[in-house]
Amino acid sequence: MADAGMLRFHVPEPEVRPGGTPDFSNVTIPKAGSVPRPEIDVDPRTIRDMAFSIIRVLNRAGEAVGPWAGLLTDDELLEGLRNMMTLRTFDARMQMAQRQGKTSFYMQHLGEEAVSSAFRKALKPGDMNFPTYRQAGLLIADGYPMVTMMNQIYSNEADPLKGRQLPIMYSSKEHGFFSISGNLATQYIQAVGWAMASAISNDSRIAAAWIGDGSTAESDFHSALVFASTYKAPVILNVVNNQWAISTFQGIARGGSGTFAARGLGFGIPALRVDGNDYLAVHAVAKWAAERARANLGPTLIEYVTYRAGAHSSSDDPSAYRPKAESDAWPLGDPIIRLKNHLIHKKAWSEDRHTQAEAEILETVIAAQKEAEGHGTLHAGGKPSTRDMFEGVYAEMPAHLRRQRQQAGV
Amino acid sequence: MPRRTMIEAIRDAMDVSMGRDERVVVFGEDVGFFGGVFRCTQGLQAKYGKSRCFDAPISESGIVGAAIGMAAYGLKPCVEVQFADYVYPAYDQIVSEAARLRYRSNGDFTCPIVVRMPTGGGIFGGQTHSQSPEALFTHVSGLKTVVPSNPHDAKGLLIAAIEDPDPVIFLEPKRLYNGPFDGHHDRPVTPWSKHELGEVADGHYSIPLGKAAIRRPGSAVTVLAYGTMVYVAQAAAEETGIDAEIIDLRTLLPLDLDAIVTSVKKTGRCVVVHEATLTSGFGAELVSLVQENCFYHLEAPVARVAGWDTPYPHAQEWDYFPGPARVGRALIETMEA
Repeated sequence: MADAGMLRFHVPEPEVRPGGTPDFSNVTIPKAGSVPRPEIDVDPRTIRDMAFSIIRVLNRAGEAVGPWAGLLTDDELLEGLRNMMTLRTFDARMQMAQRQGKTSFYMQHLGEEAVSSAFRKALKPGDMNFPTYRQAGLLIADGYPMVTMMNQIYSNEADPLKGRQLPIMYSSKEHGFFSISGNLATQYIQAVGWAMASAISNDSRIAAAWIGDGSTAESDFHSALVFASTYKAPVILNVVNNQWAISTFQGIARGGSGTFAARGLGFGIPALRVDGNDYLAVHAVAKWAAERARANLGPTLIEYVTYRAGAHSSSDDPSAYRPKAESDAWPLGDPIIRLKNHLIHKKAWSEDRHTQAEAEILETVIAAQKEAEGHGTLHAGGKPSTRDMFEGVYAEMPAHLRRQRQQAGV
Repeated sequence: MPRRTMIEAIRDAMDVSMGRDERVVVFGEDVGFFGGVFRCTQGLQAKYGKSRCFDAPISESGIVGAAIGMAAYGLKPCVEVQFADYVYPAYDQIVSEAARLRYRSNGDFTCPIVVRMPTGGGIFGGQTHSQSPEALFTHVSGLKTVVPSNPHDAKGLLIAAIEDPDPVIFLEPKRLYNGPFDGHHDRPVTPWSKHELGEVADGHYSIPLGKAAIRRPGSAVTVLAYGTMVYVAQAAAEETGIDAEIIDLRTLLPLDLDAIVTSVKKTGRCVVVHEATLTSGFGAELVSLVQENCFYHLEAPVARVAGWDTPYPHAQEWDYFPGPARVGRALIETMEA
């Protein structure tokens, strides 16, 4: 019988706040290998339960198990490990550079390295990602030069974006990496539009949309799902659920829905949840979705269950809103350690080689950093010209901008 | 030369563009099978197929957002927002995304889209089918904003907009769709078939964005107008007998400043008219530019005639609409100042 008394306003709260003991007992973690792998042309209505489970490949013993395992060779896994390690080292150096005043702002991936690094390897050249600010693994894994990334971060004289964009808002058409806006969710529907265009053009390339748990509340997310569903667009709709939208826990955006993946069900879009800290699982699920898209079977929604172990950005202090030890308690572990343990288990890797690789990677990143800093940092050395500020607003500069450029004396 | 209504001219512009360039795609609410609520896209789906002209869900942010992605891919989408009053859900996509994509990516990605939308009142459309939001777009760097006033211009400007490498907001004064409108709602409208600007050549032609047209040469006072207000200004000039030079701006951004300055320096007086609300309207920009560039030639304060600063009312439409009487009064006051 419903309570017919005074109405009560409901505001969801996370399980624990600072000072409390981290508690993820509410996060149900299925056993690795326990979720089936359907055929790509499966009737979406028959796999609705997959939106509420978690596809996992790596178990606690470091073994790859179940129907989603076995897609990657040892060399490919070693490359994946190296890419994630590179991203983590790159982040640490750039975070430090921000603290040293060499740039204004930075956003790191700590704990989420597997998501973008593994995803990139499921795509083909020519496919297009519409990333958010926490998918630089797409660039690293595709061999985009770190020096160029750093030039952008430093807004220096070699910045490919001429100092116009916030640090880390990269753009590289060549590497299938759409210009990051900085506004949230706007690019989600654009990815669907790109995919529609590819289908209109009878192309074979597909698109990938990216969004965080918090931004799924934006209307553009819902527009994107409508368009993707209606036109069966060849697009992979990625939701990175890292539990935190700055200080807001994922329950504020998720509301009464069981999972973010479940958002896809009302649109008839197959929706899978995957262990976002499991390189093999991320890659396998992304590949499944990519094959569906390329086979004209339409969109797939994937929720990556992960944890933002670092701050939201260099301007954020997570200790003000969540327990400091929460990331250690995260039940899906660390993506780099898990892949490392798997490779050691397979005898394809060792602790010594790992330590050695860490040193090599650090050296490579530092060398790139030195080269980039040779082109300047935000407040020192070479920088884009004031003239660059006036260029590129339009293909051809209109008269009013020419007049303003003259007024500015450049 | 064939005569066409504004609707037919706009349709012809899309038809010609789709025929010449297979990258041009047209979509929006009701535009596919039915051909749009104003019929601007009638027949395009039948002629070019469902991949080139199709219906979209009722989601303006989705329509424009998808168009941006298509443009990034390499297509040239020309999308319809059913009424300018409905464009606000797409405003973020237009302002934060379409307008800045070239700049923020340093040309790595560009956004050659056209967002067409019927604008203005005069059809008893109330507050949700009558607004003139042009100033919301001219304020945004990276956009071009076009407001044609007749079928000949509408076709040439729309073709230019579709061929433009940057995003263009294309506002179609809906009160002009079927004939020029001089502001006297109680008098019969002249159909475009009897108007010289209803002459629309077949095939391809374009009118460059950023070029104004003098609709009525004169020597006493310059009237700056666009869209529906061009005809209201003409009626006001005839009725007051004042020898006004009426400039149809056609493109608000980029603006033909030379045409404005040349005329105001000649006449020494200027009246700016638009249907949109007064405060922070595009007229404020025009008045500012006139005083910056023509101050020592001015013999009277520059006047503005605009919609009142209220929401667009329903029953009081003709009290709200800045008709020939108000424009005429401003002309007389400017001449007497």
